[in-house]
Amino acid sequence: MNLEFTEEQVMLQDALNKYLEKEYSFEQRQKLSRNGVGYSEENWQNFADMGLLGVPFDEQYGGFGFGATGLIVVMEAIGKGLVVEPYLASVVLGGQLIQQAGSEVQKEALIPQLIAGELKLAFAYVERNSRFNLADVAFKAEKEGDGFRLSGKKSVVFNAETADKIIVSARTAGDQTSKEGISLFIVDKGAVGLSSRDYETVDGLRASELDFDGVIVGADALIGSLNEAYPVIESVIDFASAAICAESVGVITQLREKTVEYLKTRKQFGQPIGAFQVLQHRTVDMFMVEEQMRSLAYLAAIRVTDGTAEERLKSVSAAKVYLGDARPIVGEQSAQLHGGIGVTDELDVAHYVKRLTMLNVLFGDRDHHMQRFCQS
Amino acid sequence: MDLNYTPEEKAFQLEVRSFLKESYPKELQDKVSKGIALKKEDYVRWQKILAKQGWVAPGWPEKFGGPGWSPVQKYIFDEECGTANCLRTVAFGLVMLAPVLMEFGTDEQREKYLSDIYNSDVWWCQGYSEPNSGSDLASLQTRAEKQGDHYIVNGSKTWTTHGHYADKMFALVRTSKEDRKQKGISFLMLDMKAPGVTVDPIITVDGMHVVNQVFLDNVKVPVENLVGVEGEGWTIAKYLLQHERTYIAQVPRSKKQIERLKVLAGKELHNGKSLLEDDRFRAKIAEIEIELLALEMTSLRILSKMSAGQPPGSASSLLKVKGTEVQQAITALLMEATGYYGFPYFKEVLKEGWNEEAVGPEEATFLAPHYFDWRKSSIYGGSNEIQKNIMAKAVLGL
Repeated sequence: MNLEFTEEQVMLQDALNKYLEKEYSFEQRQKLSRNGVGYSEENWQNFADMGLLGVPFDEQYGGFGFGATGLIVVMEAIGKGLVVEPYLASVVLGGQLIQQAGSEVQKEALIPQLIAGELKLAFAYVERNSRFNLADVAFKAEKEGDGFRLSGKKSVVFNAETADKIIVSARTAGDQTSKEGISLFIVDKGAVGLSSRDYETVDGLRASELDFDGVIVGADALIGSLNEAYPVIESVIDFASAAICAESVGVITQLREKTVEYLKTRKQFGQPIGAFQVLQHRTVDMFMVEEQMRSLAYLAAIRVTDGTAEERLKSVSAAKVYLGDARPIVGEQSAQLHGGIGVTDELDVAHYVKRLTMLNVLFGDRDHHMQRFCQS
Repeated sequence: MDLNYTPEEKAFQLEVRSFLKESYPKELQDKVSKGIALKKEDYVRWQKILAKQGWVAPGWPEKFGGPGWSPVQKYIFDEECGTANCLRTVAFGLVMLAPVLMEFGTDEQREKYLSDIYNSDVWWCQGYSEPNSGSDLASLQTRAEKQGDHYIVNGSKTWTTHGHYADKMFALVRTSKEDRKQKGISFLMLDMKAPGVTVDPIITVDGMHVVNQVFLDNVKVPVENLVGVEGEGWTIAKYLLQHERTYIAQVPRSKKQIERLKVLAGKELHNGKSLLEDDRFRAKIAEIEIELLALEMTSLRILSKMSAGQPPGSASSLLKVKGTEVQQAITALLMEATGYYGFPYFKEVLKEGWNEEAVGPEEATFLAPHYFDWRKSSIYGGSNEIQKNIMAKAVLGL
């Protein structure tokens, strides 16, 4: 048993942290977030040069083979820096779908490009009424000649606007909520019949509503086996959930540190407000949640890498439930302890709170994961 | 990162498992699994078996007779003991006083006391809290005045666990009045059989006698029973409390209790369905399971750091708070699961040889009293509020 990061992972983390300290002040982040596409292509290329984009991929395709546990160091730093680049959408979601379900040909064609920063992916799986049920797919794919015709809408697709290709879940057989009969297709963003409505998200990212109006794709657009994509989608979403739990640890750590710092400097009643025990205990609550959340994020990452299906599901849902607890204890409380300034757009704290809050929703909220934990 | 045991660790796990299977007395296993009150001789019996095997003091350095285990091995040992329903060794001598003597004691003191502790030949109790000094421990009033080669001790200690079993007590006493209350405190070892020592039972809310108030009336203590420097006992007190707090997280025990809770909830019916199938009740169990999963992993992270040669940090307070919160939440749900059968109260049930039929489910017996009693866990060892004060200061710098 060993719960330490490898030397390579620590080096990567140091390099990334240094880069973010230098290039990623809160002001710069806000500019990127609002520049129209939501990130910087230059940063993206620098991430590629640092090797960040290859962290979770198998070595045979040019990756580091670090798996989800290696991803922790990257995602924690992304959380700390409130990084807006499409790492989650492209490397984690898109990349894992290819890595876990792609054919040899697809992997050899796509993964090296992803790692080099030449290809960006987005994953379209949410529908208007699907909420957190990954099997609730109305979006249709029908046989058309050798290939398929895709029709339907997908909602809140992160970073679809700047993606080169979209991976979409589609119903190819069965009822709308059946776990059987779902397939995955990869589609060029510029395909005829694919239109998008792009927007800013509340936490400073970019997302899109996608409308597929009879988009024709070839047989080679199918990723994995026809009708059997559900286990892959579930596994990839679990993998990505473990990743965002690590991201949340970075966010929580920042909120706790910033709040403690504020308590030491802000004076009222003639003393630093951190001298008041009621506030001390609340920040200790934040610290305890931070440590427990870190533990569950690590556990989830370990289990999505080498656990049984049940271990994977339980540990991921446990971590997501805890993330739901962290929202009030860390998020809402950081704003409260900062007072008025904590709810201004100017202060970074409010933006960390927003990210933490939305990470709770992403891939299923507390109720959803509590139910899943109990049913497993 | 890897949660799997190495082949060596696996072999060790098997070794512990087979030792426990062969050497842990069946009668003790029965008592622990049924929650029957344990007696002094039960503890001594098991501790002597462990001592013979060389495993009674996993935390001791090898030069004092410890087994030289890695932190992971210690974890495995704890885990296996929990699974096998082993009774827990008594902490006062083995986990609290012994490390203090190793760190602060003289060679003579180590020579004189450590082997008796190791072999459970002397039973120790802790003289910390006083009627007017609980959370504010440093305000303690028990006085020790030096007269020739003795201290004369006067005052009272309370919440003294197993004081009625004890041969000796280690105590914090005031040897001088100084400007700061933390100064002038000394760490003394005294004989419970000495003239002037009176032990009065305190019956706790579950009807049991575990703790006591101890009165010290002109008790003579030889000066060589002072540990460390006179007036510097507060440093020792804090050192000891850290050892105590890590000990009270009790992750393996809580895991076992959750199993027990699930068995009980699987039998009790509500609207014709078991409580385990009741969404609300199941979610309440899950909340505890998740907190415990996190706590176990936090403990493992600390162990892993220690294996890599790093200090554990100020983790003991976190383990104490979260550990006791989990334990208390389990006792509450165990009681809730019994519904009406929390009412019947048979004190005799915890005594050996009581064979009357249970009222209601057998597993429900004494769960309500246990719930009430376990409120103590967030109070002892430094209340959880005090732990938060410590973390605010030591970890957050507030």
